Amino acid sequence: MMNFKFILKAISVALVSFSLTLISAVSFAATDVRIMWYGDGDKENVPIAAQIDEFNAANPDINVILDIVPYDAIMNTLPIQLAAGEGPDIARVTDLGGLNKYYADITPYVADPSYYEKSFGPFLNWYRKPGDTTSIHGFHSTMTVTGPYVNKTLFEQAGVDLLGPGATWEEWAAVSIEVAEKTGTPIPMAWDRSGHRVSGPAISMGAKYFDSNGDPKLVDDGLKAMTQMLYDWHQAGTMSKDLWGSVSGSKYHAPNDWWNAAEVVFMMSGSWQIGRFANEVGDDFDWWAVPAPCGPAACTGMPGGNALLAFNANPAVGKVMDYLSSKEQLSSFIGQVLAIPGHLDLQVDYQTDDPNAKHALNTFAGAVPTIDQVAFDLQAHVDNRIMFNAIISRLGQAIVGEMTMEEAWTRMDEDVEKQLKEKYGG
Amino acid sequence: MENIRNQTKIFFLRILNIPFAFLMHAIDLIMWPIQKIIGVRNMPYIFLLPNLIFFGLFVIIPLGANFFFSLSSGDELLFAERELPTTKQYNQLFDCESYLNPNTCTEDFFWRGVYNTIFFVVFQVGLMIFFSVLTAVILNKKIIGRGFFRSVFFFPVLLSPVVVGLIWQWILLKNGAFNAIIESYGGDKVSFLTDPSWAMASVIFVSIWAHMGFYTLIVLAGLQAIPPNLYEAAEMDGTSRERIFFRITLPLLMPNLLVVFILASIKGVQTFDEIYVLTGGGPGTSTSLIVQYIFTTGFASSGSVQNFGLAAAASMVLGVVLLFLTLMQLYFSRNKESKHQEI
Repeated sequence: MMNFKFILKAISVALVSFSLTLISAVSFAATDVRIMWYGDGDKENVPIAAQIDEFNAANPDINVILDIVPYDAIMNTLPIQLAAGEGPDIARVTDLGGLNKYYADITPYVADPSYYEKSFGPFLNWYRKPGDTTSIHGFHSTMTVTGPYVNKTLFEQAGVDLLGPGATWEEWAAVSIEVAEKTGTPIPMAWDRSGHRVSGPAISMGAKYFDSNGDPKLVDDGLKAMTQMLYDWHQAGTMSKDLWGSVSGSKYHAPNDWWNAAEVVFMMSGSWQIGRFANEVGDDFDWWAVPAPCGPAACTGMPGGNALLAFNANPAVGKVMDYLSSKEQLSSFIGQVLAIPGHLDLQVDYQTDDPNAKHALNTFAGAVPTIDQVAFDLQAHVDNRIMFNAIISRLGQAIVGEMTMEEAWTRMDEDVEKQLKEKYGG
Repeated sequence: MENIRNQTKIFFLRILNIPFAFLMHAIDLIMWPIQKIIGVRNMPYIFLLPNLIFFGLFVIIPLGANFFFSLSSGDELLFAERELPTTKQYNQLFDCESYLNPNTCTEDFFWRGVYNTIFFVVFQVGLMIFFSVLTAVILNKKIIGRGFFRSVFFFPVLLSPVVVGLIWQWILLKNGAFNAIIESYGGDKVSFLTDPSWAMASVIFVSIWAHMGFYTLIVLAGLQAIPPNLYEAAEMDGTSRERIFFRITLPLLMPNLLVVFILASIKGVQTFDEIYVLTGGGPGTSTSLIVQYIFTTGFASSGSVQNFGLAAAASMVLGVVLLFLTLMQLYFSRNKESKHQEI
């Protein structure tokens, strides 16, 4: 009997001790902050991982977990996770307005809300819901500008001069063809398969994207002119159907492999490629970014970028945001990844000796003031992706001969209308 | 010595038996009262229960949820936030001026997917049966290295569809291995995956390559079940090889070919992953099948509205097609069984 009582006591003591240990472990456990991050390879992933390690070391009460995912996961998986209420605390996104219903307001948890207004002012509205002018959801990690690159070595070999500011799209196409012919390069022009990439040139040709009420109205003469030009270039062989025609729907596809192999004279992409080209092209050939070609209405690229945005608001998330958005961390990050800062007052010491990269950074930074207001409005619009995707999927179909351009334009408008109805009812 | 060894063996077996006996007693503690309450006759239902719970959780409930999604609209995931009920999604799917021309349909991507799927299934299944029979007939003969070749033909079945897609992408791309061979012989490069006139043929070929081994095995089993005395009698009568094949082999293989036909059709209608990796459904929409339409509409909209309702409605349509094929398979396989029993 004594023995049994003793065993019971021992079990009780063990249970109480175990519970206390568990409670204390839970109370002293660090708060987890999960970041879903896509990066353009190691050039972006390594610097952010180093910053997170540094933060974790300095803040034992917070445990930041960095989940590095492919870009597709940000575009397709993240929205479903968020809709199911299972998203990360912070994510690096590019569909800035499209996910705004899920963003959390971190104003009460950041050390100095005015810092965000001063440093990222114009971009904050891109994340906010219509009518909201005060919430802070995050900050611009890097700003991007779309624009073309040329293989300068090929131009030199062909003895063709690069065109200067003010050159039109037709003129750039003509010289690209000339260089390709003279150097035996297979592809004169290649564009990222992306509606965002098409939109700057379309605005240059006069596309407005919105009606007088500010509602999306995709197809007009400007958009028709640019998409027709792209269609014609594909039919004439100026652009290869192997890129735009190779996939279905709105799937993004970039011609980097061709570019790196010097199979392209002129590549339409954007400033985010600078670091990648510096790493991958190296000194294989000289490449330059050139000013956005002109149309009758403007000579503009599209602004853009990616932002770190919060889906949960708590002190730990605020602290992480404060750290990553600080001038010191942002400057270090931007300097390593060779991007244009989204911070309005940031001195960046770019860590590169590559003259091509330096030239490209200057060209894209210089292009920011020339960006057309329509391009800014489009980038800030919550439903811009619907328009971008309609352009790319229908133009892709026309290029491979599944429909005429007339049918493609009709479908583009119908797609936008259909999607908006599904989203907003009616 | 032998006796000691046996006793040691028995001792260790007994020790190993302890946890098993303990487990059985534990189960018995639970089962005995249940059996007392519901009776021995109803006990099979209890044993089926765990499986039924999983089936319900992962098949029946999602099926019901899919049905309700198909009757709702909006871009929200949660039912409470969706507009319900509505037949809008079905109306949208079937809104066509002419069903023969996808360009006249509101959901032209869906109808392109339907026609591509029909084309794919007809040619993939037809050619698959042809090559499976051909391969099985050859592998049924006494050739050198028969075992090796049987393994070789079955090997692709073991590969993941993504791996199949990536391997063949590497081979068929414009700068891929196959074009390198063509160029080395002075030929021009062929856009196997990016030319609409080649892309579908390429994906059918890859799909046959990947799945043929499985169906070859079924046909081979059928061939081996044919009584050899039939062949001996035919040979003694001086019947030609062609006549033997068409009058003995093929008729007796028919039940197996029917199974192959239906299984391959079901698999063909469901095809998605290897094509998605290989061509992404392109060029344009020329290799985009129904399942890709469902996936893209519901889950991979790249920033557009994720139309779960429309994707669910398309899934229901696909479900009806698959149900029909499955019922066919059940009907024919039962027919076959009853014929066997009669024999």
